[in-house]
Amino acid sequence: MSAERTVVGRRLPRVDAMLQTTGQLLYADDLNPPGTLVGRQLRSPHAHALIHRIDTARAAALPGVKAVITGSDLPITFGILPVSQDEHALALNKVRHIGEPVAAVAATDAETAQRALALIDVHYELLPEIVTLEQALADDQPLIHGDGTGQNIDRTAALEFGDVDEGFAAADHTREDVYLFGGNTHAALETHAALATYGADGKLTLWSSTQVPHYVHRTLAKVLELPAARIRVIATPSGGGFGGKTDPFSHELVAAKLAMLTGSPVKINLSREEVFYAHRGRHPVLMWVKTGFENDGRITAMHFKSFLDGGGFGSYGAASLYYTGAMQTSTYRIPNYRFEGLRVFTNKPACGPKRGHGTPQPRFAIESQLDQAAADLGLDPVTIRLRNLIEPFSMTVNHLRITSCGLRECIDEVVKASDFTSKHGRLPAGKGIGLALGSYLSGAGLPIYFNKMPQSEVQLKVDRGGGVTVYSMAADIGQGSTTMLATVVAECLGLEPGDLTMVTADTDLTPVDLGSYSSRVTFMAGNAAVEAATKLRTRIVQAVADKLETVPEDLVAAAGRISIAGDPNSGVSWAEAVVLATAASGPLVESGSYTAPKLAGPYKGSGVGISPAYSFSACVVEVDCDAETGIVKVDDVWLAHDIGTAINPLLSEGQVEGGVYMGLGEALFEEHSFRGALHRGPSLLDYKMPTTLEMPRVHTFLIESEDPEGPFGAKEVGQGPLLPVIPAVANAIRDALGVRIDETPITPDKIVAALRAAGRREPARVGPTTVPKFKFPDLIRVAPPEGFTTS
Amino acid sequence: MTLRLPAFELLTPQTLEAAVAMLADPAATIIGGGTDLLPKMKRRQVTPPTVVSLRGITEMSGIHTDDEGRCVIGASTVLEQIAISTVVPPVLAAAARQVASPQIRNTATIGGNLCLDTRCNYIDMPELWRQASGHCLKDGGEVCWIAPKGNRCWAISSSDLVPVAIALDCSVRLASRDGDRVIPIEDLYQNDGIAHQTMSGDEILVELLVPRCDVRATYRKLRRRDSIDFPLVGVAAAARFDQTKTCTSARIIIGAVASAPLRATDAERLIVGRKLTEDVIEEAAQLAARPVRTQDNTDMGSRYRKWMTSVYVSRALRDLVVEDA
Repeated sequence: MSAERTVVGRRLPRVDAMLQTTGQLLYADDLNPPGTLVGRQLRSPHAHALIHRIDTARAAALPGVKAVITGSDLPITFGILPVSQDEHALALNKVRHIGEPVAAVAATDAETAQRALALIDVHYELLPEIVTLEQALADDQPLIHGDGTGQNIDRTAALEFGDVDEGFAAADHTREDVYLFGGNTHAALETHAALATYGADGKLTLWSSTQVPHYVHRTLAKVLELPAARIRVIATPSGGGFGGKTDPFSHELVAAKLAMLTGSPVKINLSREEVFYAHRGRHPVLMWVKTGFENDGRITAMHFKSFLDGGGFGSYGAASLYYTGAMQTSTYRIPNYRFEGLRVFTNKPACGPKRGHGTPQPRFAIESQLDQAAADLGLDPVTIRLRNLIEPFSMTVNHLRITSCGLRECIDEVVKASDFTSKHGRLPAGKGIGLALGSYLSGAGLPIYFNKMPQSEVQLKVDRGGGVTVYSMAADIGQGSTTMLATVVAECLGLEPGDLTMVTADTDLTPVDLGSYSSRVTFMAGNAAVEAATKLRTRIVQAVADKLETVPEDLVAAAGRISIAGDPNSGVSWAEAVVLATAASGPLVESGSYTAPKLAGPYKGSGVGISPAYSFSACVVEVDCDAETGIVKVDDVWLAHDIGTAINPLLSEGQVEGGVYMGLGEALFEEHSFRGALHRGPSLLDYKMPTTLEMPRVHTFLIESEDPEGPFGAKEVGQGPLLPVIPAVANAIRDALGVRIDETPITPDKIVAALRAAGRREPARVGPTTVPKFKFPDLIRVAPPEGFTTS
Repeated sequence: MTLRLPAFELLTPQTLEAAVAMLADPAATIIGGGTDLLPKMKRRQVTPPTVVSLRGITEMSGIHTDDEGRCVIGASTVLEQIAISTVVPPVLAAAARQVASPQIRNTATIGGNLCLDTRCNYIDMPELWRQASGHCLKDGGEVCWIAPKGNRCWAISSSDLVPVAIALDCSVRLASRDGDRVIPIEDLYQNDGIAHQTMSGDEILVELLVPRCDVRATYRKLRRRDSIDFPLVGVAAAARFDQTKTCTSARIIIGAVASAPLRATDAERLIVGRKLTEDVIEEAAQLAARPVRTQDNTDMGSRYRKWMTSVYVSRALRDLVVEDA
């Protein structure tokens, strides 16, 4: 077969582009079966309180109200991680943050539902609010989870690879710095929505704007105590996820329960305010970093401490915690590395995964510190990074297996295109330029719950007219996973992506894909699709070879034909080939799957950070700062991303631009901040996302390192490009104004405060200076991988 | 649509006479473009049983020049029309262009902007949030959470057009069943977050009267994003200069730092009789900022907004400097 690609690498529009742009695609809130009831949740106005009694009688008696439920109707706990089953669909006995759902109603219309909520009497007993890291670490406060008082610690981690003390002893120069990454949230355009029906056949169906239909399916079965086989979950077309729709949510369980109780369809659509309370966004992380350097800039050791404010529930927090320590080694060779991490519970909405999950925070810290170390050592920002750069096909000290790596090419590209070297330190006052790197997983190496089954499965079915249907549970959350699947299958079969019928994200119809998180879909579902399509092509080509009395090796599948290589008009059409193959070997149904290789290192916590392949990014940002107001205007962003292979460059560039946009928002504008336990502004007026006017020119470079294990060599692009943007902005502001803002978002007031401090001959810096004195558990000492040299 | 309006009766008078008659009902509220009122109703900050729409009163919309050479802007004129107008003083058009977003400017009226309710991030919040925070003074509660020891509300006057209209010495025509009155627009406001306007509830702001514009004028707005956001501070300045470039009259109005636009009279007095040198501008800016008492009740903290007040007064005054030919 010919290796020449005809579809992969082309700039094609999404397969669902016309449906999307003409409004024909139906989102969860567009679904209105006859008789649909409106579901609404009553939410707690208290951050921390015991619930003594809930009186629903007046609400239930209101005409038009069909059902009222409380925590005792759904008493079984759940949570996305098996180790954090700490949530109830509706608070049972206790509330842990403002906005936590306490009761719910189903009514014939929204006004009635709203009136009914006001008639529910909840008797609370207030408890002290725990909102800061310091309060969480006090040992005399009530436990947010559990009885009595004590420290509100969710989880800790303490790992050492190599010998960090020895590494520091060998250093010519060490730095200790403290950084704070402020919390922020996804703010997807589409608010969460779910519709549930419960048929007379005893079958429950849930349509939901979720990224993870498989995990929602499992959670519904657990909490509703229904056999999984009687539950169908359909992930609807998505108005954005970014990690914010990756947990099973209260409103999904509540809609399902209300549908079961009433026998009517029930829909719950969250308001924007409710989405801010559902949250699961970026953890605020306080970080302390000590790094040792040789005079030439080479790192000898790093000690990294992170303190995560997790909010009221576990969510993905156990993974988030480890992610704040896992990926420092993926861009730079750190020969000795120690990580200590702590996640606390507070009375605020639960944090979870957002684009880059747990890695943008440490990336901000280490890329900021590298620039500071470079200045100390008289090096430029490019040199210090190149001196420490990770090598392709190497192991890191914490047992990450690096395969393809185009990071050096990424740096070359952005440095050259931006003219970084001649600009850095030399731009006129107020203008500055900054560089940073990043790296991300192409899918988490392990599933969320332990099992030995494939992480992704794809099925193909061919009808007798030649139509090919692709079945996959991968949920297209806007990243274009459906187009990716259509493209790789079309490439294998010699068809066009638009020729295929795509059936996705439906637990009844499609084989399992674990979901759209950890940038796993292109790599894992893509590989599963390639395997299924290759099997199908083999059967079809064999049937044509038999007919033409030749051998399969002489045939190619391209341009809708199976033809003799070099003679595109020869052979038979795809449709004729399908008839031949069906006659020869029966139903044309094939499947493929993907299971990641065993990658985990020999230590507890090694499941986080491993991936079959890593993407790499380099970013240069140029800013224009107003030194009087502290307003930062970003003029240009150059971003080079090692994507392995761009299956669709148009969509890939869209992901890069989206990552740049989100990164700039986190760097300069967005903050999920609180006044005590109260969110400072749960609205899109107060939560400042950049508008189109704040968006700079983005110069995107896709670097193709062709990963040996990726589908057609592809790796991820959905999350990685965000990572270097934030520290590149911070470094550019340092270059422009001489101030370091070591905490995000870098808002104008902080810049002006730092400039005024400099005017008083105080440090030109805004940021935290200390971390809590906390005794981490004893270090788990892990030997580096075989052959890894620590000096 | 999860946030829904409460039920209300909508009245649609076709004449000003009919409208003022309807407003005699103390339960009635005026709606112009609704960009201020409807979100407040959805959040249940206000739940007026009767809403009187001025949209059907054709005489209240449009811009014309009267016999005295004044520019008369009907209260129902949408902001976008002012933003693109070549009849209104350029500074007013420029300020209108900086209000909110294009969509809002196509709906919001100048009457609504001049009557914009004061804003605060303890009140312009959803219902559950206000319940959780404990309803503030303006929200029917006992305490202003910004300054719990005081007995007043510190919500902010956030209009972009009011400072400009005061700087230009505009007037407004108010109508009620008792007849019309014309007052200087400066007298329409008072520094109290709740009772921030002096007009009575049964009066309608009919039109803005802009005197013939023979001043140099500017408006400088600080906000974090170049669209949507309300001002963190807005400075309007207008001045006349003689042939030696000496200032002969001046108005400096600071918006978004108090419950009413603040007139920087000390700074005005300083610059009159002087040339606008850098030293004079700097001194005037410091003087202007001195009495400003910003609070932590909008985006960015109070300290930053106080700092920015002097920066923005300087910038506004620099805009007025007559360049050498």
